[in-house]
Amino acid sequence: MEKAIAFIQQPWPWWVSGPLIAYVMFSLLYYGKGFGISTNFKTVCCMLGSCKVSDFFCFNWRDQIWNLMFILGVILGGYISAQWLTPDQSVAISPATIADLKAIGITNPGSSFLPEEIFAAENVWTLRSLVFLLGGGFLVGFGTRYANGCTSGHAISGLSNLQYWSLIAVIGFFIGGLIMTHFILPYLIKL
Amino acid sequence: MKYLRFLIMGVLFGITLSKGEIISWYRIQEMFRFQSFHMYGVIGSAVILGILTIQFIKRARLKDYQGNYIQVSTQEPGYARNLIGGTIFGLGWAMTGACPGPLFILLGFWGWPFLLAILGAVLGTFTYGLLQRYLWH
Repeated sequence: MEKAIAFIQQPWPWWVSGPLIAYVMFSLLYYGKGFGISTNFKTVCCMLGSCKVSDFFCFNWRDQIWNLMFILGVILGGYISAQWLTPDQSVAISPATIADLKAIGITNPGSSFLPEEIFAAENVWTLRSLVFLLGGGFLVGFGTRYANGCTSGHAISGLSNLQYWSLIAVIGFFIGGLIMTHFILPYLIKL
Repeated sequence: MKYLRFLIMGVLFGITLSKGEIISWYRIQEMFRFQSFHMYGVIGSAVILGILTIQFIKRARLKDYQGNYIQVSTQEPGYARNLIGGTIFGLGWAMTGACPGPLFILLGFWGWPFLLAILGAVLGTFTYGLLQRYLWH
C-alpha cells in the first residue's frame, strides 16, 4: 500500500494525465452530459438572479446541478492532491523557461506550482496580484462565454468531435496566450 | 445521490490535472513559450483518444446508461465569436495560468486566493451577458 501511494505521489507523465482526461469526457457522455466547465460561471450568474438584467441568464439552473457537483469534486480533488498526493510541490520545468522567467523578474521559477510573489495568500492584496487574479479571471470568464467554451468544451470535447469552430476557438486561445506571454506579461510582472 | 457519480468524476479530474501539473502556472508558461512537450502531450493524447472514442460512439451507435443513443453536442459557428472570444480567454489563461477547471482545482490545491480569480470569472461572464447583443458574433 505504501509503495502504491509513493508511486502515485510522483508527478504523472502526460501519457497518464491525457488519457485520464479523455476517460472523464467519455464518462460524462455515458451519463448523458457534455464536458464543459466554464458553463458553471454562467450557472452561478443565473442562480444569483442575473436573469433580471439579461435573458442570457434565464434558464433552469437545476439542469446544471450535476456540473456544480462535478466542480465541487474538482475542488475536493485538488485538496486531496495537495494534502496527501503531492509531497514535493516543485515543478520540473525546462531550463529555457526558468531562464526566461528569471529574466522578467520571477524568483525561483519551478520551486512550487505557482509563483509565490503573485499568488501566495500573503501577497494577494497588492495591485499586481489583484490584476493577475481578478483581472485574469475576468478575461477567462468573459472570453469563454463569448467563445461559448473553454479548454474542456472546445479543446477537448470540440476537437475530439472534429468541430471546425472549436479549432478556430483553440487558435484564438493561442493567439491570446502568446500575446499575453510575450508582449504583456513582462510589464504586468513589474506592477 | 444520483449526483454522487459526478462528484467522484470531479475528484478524479482534480487529482489528474494536479498530478499532471496542468494546474501549474509554470507549465502554462512553458507551453506558450514552446519549451516543453508536456502540455502538448497532455492535450494531444486526450484529443487523439477523444477522437477515437467519439468515432467509436458514433459508428457503434453506443447507448448511454439509460439506453439512449449518446449525443455529442456541436459548437456555435462564427469566426468573430470563436476567434475574438478565444483570444480574450487566451489572454486570461496566460495571466492566471489556469483555464476554468484549474481555477477550481487551485482553490482546493493552493488556497483561497483563487476565490478572487473565480469571482473575476463570474464577473466576466456577467459582463458578457450584459453586452452580448452589442457584440459581433
